[in-house]
Amino acid sequence: MIRFILLQNRQGKTRLAKYYVPLEDSEKHKVEYEVHRLVVNRDPKYTNFVEFRTHKVIYRRYAGLFFSLCVDITDNELAYLECIHLFVEILDHFFSNVCELDLVFNFHKVYLILDEFILAGELQETSKKAIIERMGELEKLE
Amino acid sequence: MDPILNPFSSGTRLRDMIRAIRACKTAAEERAAIRKECAAIRTSINENDPDYRHRNLAKLMFIHMLGYPTHFGQMECLKCIASPGFPEKRIGYLGLMLLLDERQEVLMLVTNSLKQDLNHMNQYIVGLALCALGNICSAEMARDLAPEVERLLQFRDPNIRKKAALCSIRIIKKVPDLAENFVKPATALLKEKHHGVLITAVQLCADLCKVSREALEHIRKKCTEGLVRTLKDLANSSYSPEYDVSGITDPFLHIRLLKLLRLLGEGDADASDSMNDILAQVGTKTESNKVAANAILYECVQTIMSIEGNGGLRVLAIGILGKFLSNRDNNIRYVALNMLMKAVTADPQAVLRYRATILECVKDADASIRKRALELVYVLVNESNVKPLTTELVSYLETCDQDFKGDLTAKICSIVSKFSPEKIWYIDQMIKVLLEAGSFVKDEVWRALIVVISNASELHGYAVRALYKAFQKSNEQEAFTRVAIWCIGEYGDLLINNVGMLDLEDRITVTESDAVDLIEITIQCHALDFTTKAMALVALLKLSSRFPSCSERIREIIVKYKGNFVLELQQRSIEFNSIIARHQNIRSMLVERMPVLDEATFIGRQAGSLPDAGSISAGSSVSLPNGVAKPADSLVDLLDLNSNDAPTPSSSGGDFLQDLLGVDLSPAAQSGANQTSKSGTDALLDLLSVGSVSGPVESPSAQSNSSAMDILSASKSEKASVSPLDDLSSLSLSSRTTSITGAAPMMDLLDGFASTPPKSENNGTVYPSITAFESSSLQLTFNFSKQPGNSQTTNIQATFINLSSDEYTDFIFQAAVPKFLQLQLDPASGSTLPANGNGSITQNFRVTNSQNGKKSLVMRIRITYKINGKEKLEEGQISNFPRDL
Repeated sequence: MIRFILLQNRQGKTRLAKYYVPLEDSEKHKVEYEVHRLVVNRDPKYTNFVEFRTHKVIYRRYAGLFFSLCVDITDNELAYLECIHLFVEILDHFFSNVCELDLVFNFHKVYLILDEFILAGELQETSKKAIIERMGELEKLE
Repeated sequence: MDPILNPFSSGTRLRDMIRAIRACKTAAEERAAIRKECAAIRTSINENDPDYRHRNLAKLMFIHMLGYPTHFGQMECLKCIASPGFPEKRIGYLGLMLLLDERQEVLMLVTNSLKQDLNHMNQYIVGLALCALGNICSAEMARDLAPEVERLLQFRDPNIRKKAALCSIRIIKKVPDLAENFVKPATALLKEKHHGVLITAVQLCADLCKVSREALEHIRKKCTEGLVRTLKDLANSSYSPEYDVSGITDPFLHIRLLKLLRLLGEGDADASDSMNDILAQVGTKTESNKVAANAILYECVQTIMSIEGNGGLRVLAIGILGKFLSNRDNNIRYVALNMLMKAVTADPQAVLRYRATILECVKDADASIRKRALELVYVLVNESNVKPLTTELVSYLETCDQDFKGDLTAKICSIVSKFSPEKIWYIDQMIKVLLEAGSFVKDEVWRALIVVISNASELHGYAVRALYKAFQKSNEQEAFTRVAIWCIGEYGDLLINNVGMLDLEDRITVTESDAVDLIEITIQCHALDFTTKAMALVALLKLSSRFPSCSERIREIIVKYKGNFVLELQQRSIEFNSIIARHQNIRSMLVERMPVLDEATFIGRQAGSLPDAGSISAGSSVSLPNGVAKPADSLVDLLDLNSNDAPTPSSSGGDFLQDLLGVDLSPAAQSGANQTSKSGTDALLDLLSVGSVSGPVESPSAQSNSSAMDILSASKSEKASVSPLDDLSSLSLSSRTTSITGAAPMMDLLDGFASTPPKSENNGTVYPSITAFESSSLQLTFNFSKQPGNSQTTNIQATFINLSSDEYTDFIFQAAVPKFLQLQLDPASGSTLPANGNGSITQNFRVTNSQNGKKSLVMRIRITYKINGKEKLEEGQISNFPRDL
């Protein structure tokens, strides 16, 4: 199960933070700080997995952005790595060539996309097309 | 749409706010901007203007993400959710998920809105409600809303069904009792073709299996076949652009299915059997050059390893892991190591084949891989491969980076102590580890090393020489320094004389002053903490006796610390100085070699099974009327911990006991009064008075003797048990000597006291003298007498006669006994033994045999003396004691 998803830039600014387990605000800030510290200086050749407390962080860097998923120790790391990539592809599709600023100004949309992709810490939909179509339907309702 | 109502279209103030915040150059500026914005939002909230409500909420979410407090917006979420329109509800639910979590009480208020929305006509609104419920549902909400969610599992739109399925996972995790309601609808969803619904249904079934045994049985029975077929269809499906990830159709669904099959196959041979074929197919047919494919293979291997055994499949799985391990991608190597860890239990031999590769991984630059690999090595070690593996690890210790040293050291220490085939190897390895990474070693580890060295009497010489050699090269590691100085102090004589050389050793020449030099340099080192310095002082004291020629120099070193700021060092300095300067005659006995430290006790103590002082004294006082067996036992134990068998007569201890005995002789009424008081000493007095009151007729001395022992055991157990092994490092020699010195005069006093009452059965027995030891140059005879009334204790008078034509000087007799015995040596009558039998030295000592009647006495002796300044050493074992002693 995914515990939380973080999207941070190299400076450690959080661009998206979604928690599927309850945490105090102060605890969340600590987690964000620690995860950033863990991933930011790792050599690109290293594994994309770091142990974090009793869990594991699967992260992937796209340009200046780090996508980090915190998952259970027994979860399939490679699958989540692929999952990050799928999420990025969806964002890329939705914003057509996504960049950090898109995510900053449309953070609420990013959350909505995420809610169509992952729910309760589990994968909800694996088809890029289905999610983009669904977003289109929802946009029409606004 | 009205631009004011839509908070997200351009030109509204959310965008402006984000711009303004981004434009801030410093953190202070940002804080000010946000404070201003929050103030505006609060005002707007107070005005209760519905038009701006969701815009405010959107802003608050952004502010929240930046890490600022936004509690005041929580109620606005609820208001948005309660409003009728989709856009308001949407932002309201988003805010709910971000700004609140399941523990906030406010959440209770939202249950009703959620319930309404779950039953809403508009399926998009139902979707919003399900999403919020799935992400923040609490146990109470789960109970309240489970029926709605259950119903929605059959909703016509697949988007709702899949959301409901994931929502159900959250619900059954919060309230496992609800699982049974979901089993049927969940299994029905497994027949779906829609991937989204299918993947969530599979996940729901997996979670049902985890929370409920019945659900597992049901799904295993009803669905295994179907799931195998679904996986087969998926694996064989032709290209489908919608779900394709680098040539594989929906790897995520593959993985979910394999995971569920694993749960179903575990512990069930039939189910396992039915999935063999498809697992073999996935394992062989999947092309492994992309992450997605490897993810599937990895999951497949995990399933093969978990389900009921099939040899062929296991071979396939290990083969896949082998390929993974040689992959150049670190991620793949990482998961391989992870998986091999699980395979070890199933097939250690197969994993051992990759030993070399795994060892390489321990040295990888990436900490994640190193950690995995090290853990794997740790479980792979056994008696037969411990040597090469440890050599590798220890050599890596030199080069690895600091962060990793702690882990690595802990693992090496654990491996070495668990599997070491022989003590000499253990000692070698531990010395290396201490030298390389002493600062990472836990205190128990270096203490354990001392215990091991102390237990390996044939390696004393080897160990002290090895430590000395290493110590000359490096004294940077404090833990190493402690072990080294302890050993040099203890076995300094073996170091100088090259005693007990092993074939593999090179001879080294160390003079007495070399050894003292080394400790002097160490003790002057400012970086060392005072425990180490205290140990060094003890070592010096011991050396002053082992190397009489350096005695004066050592005293000068010790004396420097009499003004030390650390009280402990100051005290030791003054005490040791006076021992060296004024108590020459007893010094050698005071600093006798430590008796062997008991390994079993040490391990037991590590496990925290310390006997507490209270229980010992209580136990022994209870057993008092029945005899002496129990207190004597505990006394022996304590003395064993106490590690010093050389008593010194000291007036203060004697006086104290005399006082005690003085009370002992006083009328019973007075001791009765004493019984009311609660202090420790008074309790001891009670023990004594009980002994004297109850036992004048039968065997008073035995009883009062045993109660006196209680005193010892009770008073000492506190000291001994709190930090028994700490004694090694922080022993306060003074407390030790006084407590033991107490024993000797006390016994004497008891003797005197006991000689008046009627004689006990032991008194008449006479034991023949024996010639305990005889060499060409020396003869030793023992005379025995029993302490009246105490069958356990034997007084022995040793007489030494010089058979050679040279005078012996610096004559020292030492003796050691096994654990069931307790030995107390009195000072010898002199230290010079005239030539040709023209005189003798006598020395009295007492042996208490706790197994009297079962085992006879046995003793090891060591005699050192000098002929014309040259040291001589004689050793032997005495086992010809008369029986019944």
